[in-house]
Amino acid sequence: MKNKINNNEMKLEFLSKSNNEAFARISVAAFVSQLDPTIEEISDIKTAVSEAVTNAIVHGYEDSMGIVTIICKIHENEVYIEISDNGKGIENIEMAKQPLYTTRPNLERSGMGFTIMESFMDELNVQSILGLGTKVTMKKKIKQTEEIEDMPVTLEEALRG
Amino acid sequence: MITNYYERDKLLVFKINEEIDECTVKDIRRKADYEIERFMPREVVFDFDNVTFMDSAGIGMVIGRFKQAQLLRRKDKNCKFKQ
Repeated sequence: MKNKINNNEMKLEFLSKSNNEAFARISVAAFVSQLDPTIEEISDIKTAVSEAVTNAIVHGYEDSMGIVTIICKIHENEVYIEISDNGKGIENIEMAKQPLYTTRPNLERSGMGFTIMESFMDELNVQSILGLGTKVTMKKKIKQTEEIEDMPVTLEEALRG
Repeated sequence: MITNYYERDKLLVFKINEEIDECTVKDIRRKADYEIERFMPREVVFDFDNVTFMDSAGIGMVIGRFKQAQLLRRKDKNCKFKQ
């Protein structure tokens, strides 16, 4: 089908338990797979989602329980992922984005979360209100492989060149 | 995770067979710490051959074990990466 505009959307809500992380990233990867991404693009998205969800669970909700929401949209060949929580929020976003910055060095955190999201995705945007929650939005373009419509269909056509 | 200890070389090998994230890293860390204290090896190797996914929690875990090794004044831990 030619010139088909690809639009799709999904929403996922789950409890802030760390064993839901695998579920979250696999679901997003499965949803994105309709764009026919490469293995590399899929693992970039999975890692970025995992980081954002970990942040929501470990830092946003800390020891309390809450709901983490993922909204994933596909527009043509672009993926838009929004991960939000109603946790405690980030005090200083610029500081949090710094590589190796972590609020909990004692717990063996590498402080690479936002850095990984930033470098694996095309666009990263963080909005946060103290006490109300955090919303991370990310965008990534999936490179489309060349359409094979121009390929010769029959053997005769192929031989003719 | 499968643990192998080679007495002759005082070598402790952790072969990790699952995805490494915030959830599984707790288990790995607990088991690894326990085995390291139990055997007191000269060298520790993490085998990531069968690991299909790892995020920053995994990086934190490896750095943490490395620091622990320095604390115990053991030789540096080696990491075998395939991907």
